Amino acid sequence: MLPFSYTRAADGDAAIAAGALPGAKFLAGGTNLVDLMKGGVEAPQALIDISRLPLAGISALQQGGVRIGALARNSDTADHPVIRSRYPLLSRALLSGATPQLRNAATVGGNILQRTRCHYFYDPGFQMCNKRNPGSGCAALEGHNRMHALFGASAHCVATHPSDMCVALSALDALVRLRSAAGERAVAMLDFHRLPGDEPHIETRLVPGELIVSVDLPASSFVKHCAYLKVRDRASFAFALVSVAIALDVREGLIHEARIAMGGVAHKPWRAFGAEQLLVGAPVDAAPFAEAAGAAVEGARALKHNAFKIDLARRAVLRALRIAQS
Amino acid sequence: MTETATSDALALVLKVNGADRELQIDPRVTLLDALRDHLGLTGAKKGCDRGQCGACTVLVNGRRVYSCLTLAAAHDGDRIATIESLSAQELRSVQAAFVEHDAFQCGYCTSGQIMSTVALLDEMSAGAASAVTPRLTGPIELTDDEIRERMSGNVCRCGAYPNIVAAVRAVAGES
Repeated sequence: MLPFSYTRAADGDAAIAAGALPGAKFLAGGTNLVDLMKGGVEAPQALIDISRLPLAGISALQQGGVRIGALARNSDTADHPVIRSRYPLLSRALLSGATPQLRNAATVGGNILQRTRCHYFYDPGFQMCNKRNPGSGCAALEGHNRMHALFGASAHCVATHPSDMCVALSALDALVRLRSAAGERAVAMLDFHRLPGDEPHIETRLVPGELIVSVDLPASSFVKHCAYLKVRDRASFAFALVSVAIALDVREGLIHEARIAMGGVAHKPWRAFGAEQLLVGAPVDAAPFAEAAGAAVEGARALKHNAFKIDLARRAVLRALRIAQS
Repeated sequence: MTETATSDALALVLKVNGADRELQIDPRVTLLDALRDHLGLTGAKKGCDRGQCGACTVLVNGRRVYSCLTLAAAHDGDRIATIESLSAQELRSVQAAFVEHDAFQCGYCTSGQIMSTVALLDEMSAGAASAVTPRLTGPIELTDDEIRERMSGNVCRCGAYPNIVAAVRAVAGES
């Protein structure tokens, strides 16, 4: 690890001021950042420790939704009674990720900002990586890319976003609330992460010094019919080859609204809007799930080693829809 | 606000196993290295040093974490419990189950496995769910599937997993 200064932020304003300086990074749970610093991928000059700011609360919103503080630990969020009873999809997604030790340390804000697990990004032994060294090229494009993206990739980057939590947040139409010296703003989870384009090193809409303060979920109508299905190389503690979040709002036997989001397939959680529309109005007992699953992978583009993920994604969507159906 | 110049030593206090321990350390030092190299507590082991194996598992403010993946500087004032802190009874029951069920071979991962077992029992008492919990509401039964999932953050290079599951099952049955 290269030397850095360590500062514990006294309050949000101090954190934002310090975090806006060049070379500064916020430190919360540190489960990804410290690892990347050890590997020489990240080398901040200053760590601004925000872990003790009062942003860990989870509280009901007046309009029926819930506000999850950015510093809420993944385990606390997954096990919070309101989340377990009203947003089981989010609990399931969180519990599908990592291990108890990591979930006890990792925060909601950090989970959103975690970096890709592309092996070429993670290993500075590879010179080429447009995220680490913008303009150097993408080693994964012609390399081992079985874990990589099916949707929205570019000639500059084929990495995927590794979060499970964000897939559920995308399906639930979460809002990410941000704070900077200029004030507060909110960005939809759907728009928060960027596609790689020709600037894959710019991964989110955050600007320097901007701090995630909470994730807000709208009132949930998806309690009874939801599912999170994660397909990975081993039964636990592995990133998704493909994951699927399904949320169905069923009213009097008919699908009033459907949400289908996939993880492990793009640079951001990937909503299958076309597939969702196929299900609206259909009776939940006889909905065109197979057609929707097919539509969910329309437009997928395989790399050399990840073509298997197209069929895997289609089948995972179909299976998750059937789980959510019952 | 506590501030240091680049990688100057930082003063902090860790409440380790019930005692206040004052340290002057470089901010790059992980909690694991602080415990092992600065405080001489070698129960927590350094396996991968990248948060992938679990040999370094300790409890911070009562909850299990990977001590290799967190900076000591971030834990000023925190309560840290290493395997050295387990009460004679806790250690006896968990250790005895690991011996009884032959839940190790080389033993390098064992202190982490034991700390995870202790934490698992606390988490079960608190009603924490896991990825394999069938229903998120209502009581949770500690099946072998649950044990495997809840112990998945501790890797055993010797592959003693079936016996680790048996040991955890036995300890859970006693408590």
